[in-house]
Amino acid sequence: MDQLDQLVAQAGVDFAAAADGAALEAAKARYLGKGGSLTELLKGLGKLDPEARKTAGAEINKAKAAIEAQLNARRDALQQAALEAQLAAEALDVTLPGRGAGIGGLHPVVRTLERVEQLFRSIGFDVAEGPEIETDFYNFTALNTPANHPARSMHDTFYLENGEGVLLRTHTSPVQIRAMQAHVEAYKDRDTMPELRVIAPGRVYRVDSDATHSPMFHQVEGLWVGESVSFADLKGVVADFLRSFFESDDLQVRFRPSFFPFTEPSAEIDVAFMSGALKGRWLEIAGCGMMHPNVLRSGGIDPERYTGFAFGMGPDRLTMLRYGVNDLRLFFEGDLRFLGQFR
Amino acid sequence: MQFSELWLRSFVSPDLDSDALGHLLTMAGLEVEEQDGVAAQFSKVVVAQIVEAEKHPNADKLRVCKVDAGQDELLQIVCGAPNAAAGIKIPCALVGADLAGFGIKAAKLRGVESFGMLCSAKELGISEESNGLLVLPEDAPVGTDLREYLDLNDTLFTIKLTPNRADCLSLTGIAREVAALTGKPLSLPASEPVAPAHDAVRAIVLDAPEACPRYAGRIIRGVDAKAATPDWMKQRLARSGVRSISALVDVTNYVMLELGQPLHAFDEAKLNGAIHVRFPTAGEQVLLLNGQTVTPAADTLLIADESRALALAGIMGGEESGITLETTDLFLESAFFAPDAIAGRARAYGFSSDASYRFERGVDFALAGQAIERATRLILDICGGSAGPVNEVVDAAKLPARAPIRLRAARVRRVLGIQLTADHVAEMFTRLNLQVARDGEDFVVTPPSYRFDLEIEEDLIEEIARLHGYDNIPTVAPKGPISMLPRPESRRDTMTVRRLIAGREYQEVINFAFVEEAWEKDFSGNADPVRLANPIASQMSVMRSSLIGGLVSNVVTNRKRQTNRVRVFEIGRCFAKDAAGKPVEGYHQPLRVAALAAGLAKAEQWGESNRNVDFFDVKADLEALLFPRVAEFERATHPALHPGRSARVLLDGREIGFIGELHPIWVQRYELGTAPVVFEIELEALLGTVTPAYRELSRFPAVTRDLALVVEQNVTAASLLKGLQQVAPVIVQRIELFDQYQGKGIEPNRKSLAFRVVMQETQRTLEDAEVDAAMTALTRHAEDNLGAKLRA
Repeated sequence: MDQLDQLVAQAGVDFAAAADGAALEAAKARYLGKGGSLTELLKGLGKLDPEARKTAGAEINKAKAAIEAQLNARRDALQQAALEAQLAAEALDVTLPGRGAGIGGLHPVVRTLERVEQLFRSIGFDVAEGPEIETDFYNFTALNTPANHPARSMHDTFYLENGEGVLLRTHTSPVQIRAMQAHVEAYKDRDTMPELRVIAPGRVYRVDSDATHSPMFHQVEGLWVGESVSFADLKGVVADFLRSFFESDDLQVRFRPSFFPFTEPSAEIDVAFMSGALKGRWLEIAGCGMMHPNVLRSGGIDPERYTGFAFGMGPDRLTMLRYGVNDLRLFFEGDLRFLGQFR
Repeated sequence: MQFSELWLRSFVSPDLDSDALGHLLTMAGLEVEEQDGVAAQFSKVVVAQIVEAEKHPNADKLRVCKVDAGQDELLQIVCGAPNAAAGIKIPCALVGADLAGFGIKAAKLRGVESFGMLCSAKELGISEESNGLLVLPEDAPVGTDLREYLDLNDTLFTIKLTPNRADCLSLTGIAREVAALTGKPLSLPASEPVAPAHDAVRAIVLDAPEACPRYAGRIIRGVDAKAATPDWMKQRLARSGVRSISALVDVTNYVMLELGQPLHAFDEAKLNGAIHVRFPTAGEQVLLLNGQTVTPAADTLLIADESRALALAGIMGGEESGITLETTDLFLESAFFAPDAIAGRARAYGFSSDASYRFERGVDFALAGQAIERATRLILDICGGSAGPVNEVVDAAKLPARAPIRLRAARVRRVLGIQLTADHVAEMFTRLNLQVARDGEDFVVTPPSYRFDLEIEEDLIEEIARLHGYDNIPTVAPKGPISMLPRPESRRDTMTVRRLIAGREYQEVINFAFVEEAWEKDFSGNADPVRLANPIASQMSVMRSSLIGGLVSNVVTNRKRQTNRVRVFEIGRCFAKDAAGKPVEGYHQPLRVAALAAGLAKAEQWGESNRNVDFFDVKADLEALLFPRVAEFERATHPALHPGRSARVLLDGREIGFIGELHPIWVQRYELGTAPVVFEIELEALLGTVTPAYRELSRFPAVTRDLALVVEQNVTAASLLKGLQQVAPVIVQRIELFDQYQGKGIEPNRKSLAFRVVMQETQRTLEDAEVDAAMTALTRHAEDNLGAKLRA
């Protein structure tokens, strides 16, 4: 059956020559269609005697299967080529930037405050806030500041026009008093008052403006009042905080006697880094001390029954040290080139 | 307070080098701010005399000197100083000397050999500036080491004293402290009483004994006011930062530095009658030593005689009654003025003085007599003359009291967290010169007259902590009851809000809370802002009632720095007068959140056509912040905003803030280029959120139908939507606006709003008839009640 072999071979050649699906279907018709060569051969079978018909039929069907196999192979190849062509055409420059909005960021000082809050929350401190327009009672008197103290003068403190004893708070310490009063009020019906652990971040104001002083700046106040809170605990909490904040186990921390009207004993806290530009220099970073009995009393707490410590830190300074910022004023200028560095 | 280490060591000398001494002081609360040698490090510099000075043969400006430096033979030294001349005594660095790291060798200068170097004060680090060689006194012994001759092995300490430690405002005070800290013996200069050589006395009357309970005065006659101050005294004054003026003034300053007692010397010849210490009468004036004429306020204490006011007591002497170089007889004052009578007064007149600085912090009230004797002795030794008796007037009842303080050992343990033995505590008190008595476990302690800061138990605990050493108190991890802090799910904290806003591409800023008054008018229409009584500058004179002005100024600042796309936000307090304000009466001070977007809606990018940010961009940001709660927006006018493009924002029917495009007037006035869109919302409204609640999901298919309605231009989408929602049958799950259209096919002044209505039942499949009925109900209501027509 040379004729059939030839036909199969020819079909293979024709299919391979078909460049696309339509050409392939046309070529298929020539062999397998109504008037196709193979169809014609099948039609001719009727003229043969039964024995010969059986043999010839089997041969023809074999050839048909071979042609169909070639057809399918070619079809798959063409589809694959078409898909590949499509994919190639759809290829992107994947290095183009992603579409969609960028993101903004927090202010660097707020970034610091967030860390401060997280660290203190982790040992059970709550976060409190207080008014920025304060009375001289909360800002000074309740904090054991004498009537003629220089800090009360208009050289140091912003006062409001026509406001009797109303000022912009000069520190976050008044929140100590407000927090104690609220705590005492909340637990007035109980025999034992739970411990009070609070930090109070916020803006404060002083009449001072130069390269290292801003008339508005930030403080974080912290206090812990309980039945057995000591200076040793204060040292523990503050040292733990500073080492955690700066992520430095070898940070040197020292407590140096100092004076504040609202604490006694009082201390300044200095730190020294063991590496970096400021290596080995003692840097004043916070003030702290055991809460003065008069301050506890102002908050409605009996200093015989409870003791407490308090500290005040400058988040602006913490931020400058942490990120190496060398000019305080940058924090308040709103320059996006600066602020964008802390996203 | 600045002082010389050598002077201090003449009173108490611990076995510590300068650095260790400085550390000791700092760690005791006397913070050493500066510590510097009085001269640079140098060696082999001696006193020498120029014997000959010839012009250098090869250089006009150089001289070849023959110098006697106490060596076997004269040294030949080439010198460029203009004042190098035969006969003067000068410092000479010998060959082998080391001047702060610079070695002196034999050398040839322009062909002439030179064996050493003649020095200026600057070269030796004694002063910042100098003009030629340091010329030494004629009697300076040739060959003596210069460091010894000029006492240059000395260190200047500057300590920053806390206001409670006025007792350390003298060398005696610091020495007492060092002795207490180290246990070293203290040897203070003797001040034996000077026997009177005549009996002239000036009467003293304490008219205001509360303010001045002790006043000692003494007449010294026949002094030589022009006598030279001895070099040792000049040097100690200079090393304390005090300029030498005249022998009499120098002595009063010296005694003040040594003992801490400010003194004043009057010219005896200019006084009339008794000295009165009194408050002023109306209109009285005093011409002060600094040339200033003041009319003292009623609470300013005066020293007066019988005809006039002479001086501001404890603050500054008067020009007319003060001593001069012509003075021969003087009246010396040594008094105690109560801190409350002096505090703040000098500052009120715009100056400060060494005397007022000390009196307002507290001068030892028992010191006046000792100080006047010490000063008398020095005056007689230096200026001659003869002293009369001391007239000391005291109102003992008005002197400060030093009441005994009870200290409980248990309290020390509780406050400091350390255990100290009773003997240890007693020893510390003894070192501090405190009188101690034991009463069982307790101590009863009486402080000395110079300690104004010891009044209560905590004051003593602080002293124990200081002497024990803060470093020696352990740093312990605190123990306390642990209980969880409340974290309500229906509230988020401010940091979360910040992160959300930042996530929408806003950068946080912190602007000053005091602003220009014009901003209040422009952006808030506020003609009566909260004003500062003492603003630092006119552009920071009022408290802001809105955050918008600051954000607008951020746009201005950044445009100047070539950043035109600005997206900023701030969270801060705003301030307004409000009779019902709390917690400070009369002031409302809420925390607000404001954001501003200006310039391109998206940062420069390649993928989409860009445009300027608009109302709806920022509205979407605000809606995202409030999500899942939904606010209502109502057209409203606001002084800061474009009247057609601004809205008030309501949450649960309550106004929480505003949003809108900045008014074109302000865009122009502040040169903002394009109009920023801003919002300002109460922070509190963003802190509340909702705890999610589950609703059952339907397993039956939803049916969606669209409804396009044509309405008058001025009908708002919200009103239409709200109207539809009110009448929607229960099967309507939600109605969403998906298109707004104006133009071809719609009458002018009308617009088409297209809504998608989604209907579903949880228990069954909806039937066509109920869907049709629902749509009919909505359409009919829109046509009958909302002035709408179904779009053709």
